[in-house]
Amino acid sequence: MFRGITLVPPDTKIDFVSQRAITWFVSAFLTVVPLVLVATVGLNMGIDFQGGTLIEVKTKENPAQLADIRGKISDLGLGEVQIQEFGAPDEVLIRIASQPTEEEQQASIAKVKEALGDSVTYRRTEIVGPTISSELIAGGTLAVVVAMIGILIYVWFRFEWQFAVAAIASLVHDVTATIGLYALLQLEFNVSSIAAILTIIGYSLNDKVVIFDRIRENLRKYKRMPLVELLDRSINEMLSRAILTHVTTLLAMLPFLFFGGEAIYGFAVAMCFGIVVGAYSSIFVASPMQLILGVQREAFSGSPSSAKGKAEKGDAEAAARA
Amino acid sequence: MLHFQKWKVILVGAIVLAGFIFAAPNLFPSSALQGLPSWVPQKQVNLGLDLQGGAHLLYRIDETELVDDWLDTIRGDVRETLRSNRIGYIDLDMNSSNRSVSVRIRKPEDVDKSYSELRKLVAPVGNDVFGGFSGNDMDIAKSGDQITLTATEVGLNERISSAIQASIETIRRRVDAFGTTEPSIQREGRDRILVQVPGVSDVQRLKGLIGETGKLEFKLVDPSVNAAEIAMTKKVPPGDELLYSEDEPPIPYVLKDRVLVSGESLVDSQPGFDARNGEPVVNFRFDAAGAKRFGRATQDNVGLPFAIVLDNKVISAPVIREPILGGSGQISGNFTVQEANDLSVLLRSGALPAKLSVIEERTVGASLGADSINSGQKAALAGMLLVVLFMFAAYGLFGAFANIALLVNVALIFAVLSLMGATLTLPGIAGIVLVIGIAVDANVLINERIREEIRAGKSPIAAVDSGYSRALIAIIDSNVTTLIAVLVLFWLGSGPVRGFAVTLTIGILASMFTAVTVTRMLVAAWLRWKRPKELPL
Repeated sequence: MFRGITLVPPDTKIDFVSQRAITWFVSAFLTVVPLVLVATVGLNMGIDFQGGTLIEVKTKENPAQLADIRGKISDLGLGEVQIQEFGAPDEVLIRIASQPTEEEQQASIAKVKEALGDSVTYRRTEIVGPTISSELIAGGTLAVVVAMIGILIYVWFRFEWQFAVAAIASLVHDVTATIGLYALLQLEFNVSSIAAILTIIGYSLNDKVVIFDRIRENLRKYKRMPLVELLDRSINEMLSRAILTHVTTLLAMLPFLFFGGEAIYGFAVAMCFGIVVGAYSSIFVASPMQLILGVQREAFSGSPSSAKGKAEKGDAEAAARA
Repeated sequence: MLHFQKWKVILVGAIVLAGFIFAAPNLFPSSALQGLPSWVPQKQVNLGLDLQGGAHLLYRIDETELVDDWLDTIRGDVRETLRSNRIGYIDLDMNSSNRSVSVRIRKPEDVDKSYSELRKLVAPVGNDVFGGFSGNDMDIAKSGDQITLTATEVGLNERISSAIQASIETIRRRVDAFGTTEPSIQREGRDRILVQVPGVSDVQRLKGLIGETGKLEFKLVDPSVNAAEIAMTKKVPPGDELLYSEDEPPIPYVLKDRVLVSGESLVDSQPGFDARNGEPVVNFRFDAAGAKRFGRATQDNVGLPFAIVLDNKVISAPVIREPILGGSGQISGNFTVQEANDLSVLLRSGALPAKLSVIEERTVGASLGADSINSGQKAALAGMLLVVLFMFAAYGLFGAFANIALLVNVALIFAVLSLMGATLTLPGIAGIVLVIGIAVDANVLINERIREEIRAGKSPIAAVDSGYSRALIAIIDSNVTTLIAVLVLFWLGSGPVRGFAVTLTIGILASMFTAVTVTRMLVAAWLRWKRPKELPL
């Protein structure tokens, strides 16, 4: 009978944690560079967070005469206007800067409709007023922070504070890396980006908890194994699962990149990236952090452990046979 | 673990079956369902505005207008109270910025009496059976000869609340005139109303209808002055006001301040056609008191023009040819049929208590919605197919078990979404895809664990048994943490983000059930049937 393919041989032993000198550098790079990018290039803030008007139209002529549309709309004196092709060549996205008051904001769309007249059909219009955009920023930031705190508390209760801190640190790493991607690709950063980030947090944490679970189990099982070895062992044991899960989730998400349509494109890019970054940070951020924080073995073993740090290898193997 | 109690098997089977039955209507177009008998489940998942087109409008009520109206009432009440008690006063002022009305009493000996009389204007807020007492609507204070009434925060909140309630009623009547299915109109936060109308094509008209305050007044035109002249000089005689028509360019009118009859006296209004020239008009009818007042006013002013004023704009100013005594009348003003129709809806629905302004607007055209749902469906199906193939490749028979569980999982999500009347949005579809990943993870965890147990030399049954029980801890821990993030999304998010959170929550709960219970029963049944010496894993 067909047993399925074994992707990772059972006796795989890769020194993940031992290579931490290199991976710390990579992780630091993935955390710092995004911040620099955001500070210098900046995020392509969507109207959700900036306020403003967005109009998606389909032109009657194909391809759309962008210069013509730009001319008509620039004449309206609405401040900064962005006009770009979007998806198909006859689809155009018009973005107009936020107007000082809600009334002027409302008036802007009427002016555009008057200027373009019957030459286009309106597929989507969005107006976000100046008051609501600042609330959306506050709400989005609050959501990410509250989710982090909730997770911190849960992991702390189920494991130990070291795990909770490691989890949060690696989630911060994932979040900054994802925001960096938005800055690098200049993807529009809007409310669904916050949803993507929160989902990445959830998914990535899911992954970390599974490894933590195995670390905890092994801490009980191999009471004298050096921590580095124990962490490597735990990761290797979960490697097959990690690859299978991340590949399936990516497989499920990838079609959205290719035929999900423009509306979901940015979301799908962030999700795919988040899956990869989350997988990386489970192995190379969350686990090595246990070394720095110093996991208390006593918490997991009924009796106080006599040996911390260096122990004889024979002990561990004896325990493994038991 | 191979043995399941009978009732458990029946219960799980029933849940799975119910999942398929209640998800099934989503496979058919809604037109195909209409002919079916009523006992067949017909509820489908509501499509979000992004998938079927429609308008999402977030309004904020104008607080300053509400406060000014209230202060104006308080000032009137103060004047009334002092007059009826024959107390002399000066400097009766209202101050919008600190929400107060102050008055100075002429004679020092009257101050105490005035204070105790004006105190009666203060009313407790929320003092009904269930609400409990939460404070007074006003604070009253005296210093020297001055008495100040200040509107309190509780009083203001109470006023905003009741204005929002009244506005929601009014908006509902107006939106109903559009005849779309299932518009949703609800309060958001302290001072907001969210209006969602699926499938509406003419958003501009919808906004026009909702945004008008709809305050109707009948006033006399002041015949003694020249309106054009006053419009130039801006010197409006006392007791008069200068208003304009909606024409292009606007025509100025000088009207008497006093309102003959207001829109509150209207009991009905319907669009119609003028009997003489066939132009679209709006017919209206007053209640008894309104009819009486209108009759008397028209009787006294035959031959003079009066103005029909809507939201401080003159719609028309016909000359009174004869007294209008029957309590019904007609508004004409070069309307198109649609304008007459909308105006009658506006009048029939009553006025909004305060101005509403749009602070967020998102509208999606029907064609874009159709495109989105097509591409969403295509992507979700492709993703699902890839996952199913991959799982089978990775685990063979056990992958097939996981795939069956996955199918049940998706059916359960659609069943619950349909039954709850929840809304499926494009991010919601992405959420389902993510659930597929998470659900698969649970089975991956179990299968990997079983493989480990086999390598440790356990018998097939023992390996399956401990594989399930040991993987369970990791599954629960990882799913609960994801749920925390998702619940935060639901709590703090809005619109499509919320839809995404709802789908994800249902999906995670369903996957805990399917990945753990359903596959376990399948594997157990298979083990009992085949009694294999070794597991194909």
